Amino acid sequence: MGGMDGFGKVEPEPNEPTFHEQWESRVMAMVRVMGANGGLNIDSQRFARESLPPEVYLASSYYKKWHLAIEEQMVARGMIGRDEVAAGHSLRQSPPLKRGKFTLEDVSRIMVRGSFGRDAKAPAMFKPGDKVRAKNINPVTHTRLPRYVRGHSGVVERINGCHVFPDTAAHDKGENPQWLYTVVFDARELWGDDADPTLKVSIEAFEPYLERA
Amino acid sequence: MAHDHDHHHHHDHEHSELSETQLRVRALETVLTEKGYVDPAALDAIVEAYQTKIGPRNGARVVAKAWTDPAFKQALLDDATKAIGTLGHVSRVGDHLIAVENTPQRHNMVVCTLCSCYPWEMLGLPPVWYKASPYRSRAVKDPRGVLADFGVTLPKDTEIRVWDSTAETRFLVLPMRPAGTEGWSEERLAEIVTRDSMIGTGLPKAAS
Repeated sequence: MGGMDGFGKVEPEPNEPTFHEQWESRVMAMVRVMGANGGLNIDSQRFARESLPPEVYLASSYYKKWHLAIEEQMVARGMIGRDEVAAGHSLRQSPPLKRGKFTLEDVSRIMVRGSFGRDAKAPAMFKPGDKVRAKNINPVTHTRLPRYVRGHSGVVERINGCHVFPDTAAHDKGENPQWLYTVVFDARELWGDDADPTLKVSIEAFEPYLERA
Repeated sequence: MAHDHDHHHHHDHEHSELSETQLRVRALETVLTEKGYVDPAALDAIVEAYQTKIGPRNGARVVAKAWTDPAFKQALLDDATKAIGTLGHVSRVGDHLIAVENTPQRHNMVVCTLCSCYPWEMLGLPPVWYKASPYRSRAVKDPRGVLADFGVTLPKDTEIRVWDSTAETRFLVLPMRPAGTEGWSEERLAEIVTRDSMIGTGLPKAAS
């Protein structure tokens, strides 16, 4: 959503509760468990949310998006049926989980984020200080390259190791680890001469998103 | 508090008062439970952890420690995950956490324009505004305007650096220690470290 206009003011809420409605907490926990038990990986979950129709996406709260997306995704993968959700009961056998049932004993494990770092298959192509351009790519599949930097030039600031590549992991095409960099852009490069001259914006960019500038 | 919800028990008389979303979420939970995909007791425990254990106090302790211990501060800036791992009293933190330091020359602010990535272990679950369209769209283009919505004004020549959390790295802002807090204990300092000051949309509370 970076750089879109017209959404108005940011509205902080004093003494905001952890959840505004009880169902939000159940959705949060179900999504976490379905990730931890090997049912749905994080990247595929993000892709499912992004794939909601734009008018639904923009009109839905955060946990509403999570709810709609997990339902869609589980139906699409044959893990649940719409008839089952409508009935409020399981009506048939479903595929088993990759990592087995997630129980109370597993909870403390997911309170600490898992590692996405993986061994590198090749040396990093860029080093801090290198000038790079974000490729102008527009895949219909999942990507973590934000639209507002595509085609723009920046500078590699740091190398953050080699990580699971969301673009393939989201589509069950493997972890395909890639080098991850912090790349810094001057605001005027992104937004034009009227941009705040004191502003710099960085993204976390996987190597396949970048080319030498 | 953990047991004030009645999702296991279907009270028919309540249904008319429940929203469609509540009903659909409840149905989904029942289906997933019957299939053995989720265990309601585990869901309860996850919800309870985020309501009672995991919140911005974790991050505030880390910031207060960094304000009082220069060696820890350096270690935090070098490798935040590793440095926080040495503090027994703070909850463990996953890999790829990066601490970024505010200075008189530079102010850092964190956003996720793609979804709402946020350092949960340090700050708890993100507030609604962090996940909503106005912040996600405007932080990378007009951060001073966003800061104004929070009542924060920075000097005109302060560099603003916005970190868009587009991968599994997570960012914790290390705010500047307010003047007038010399000699304060870590515990007292932690009290003035606000959640928003660790996102970069606010400043620590002034010393009083």
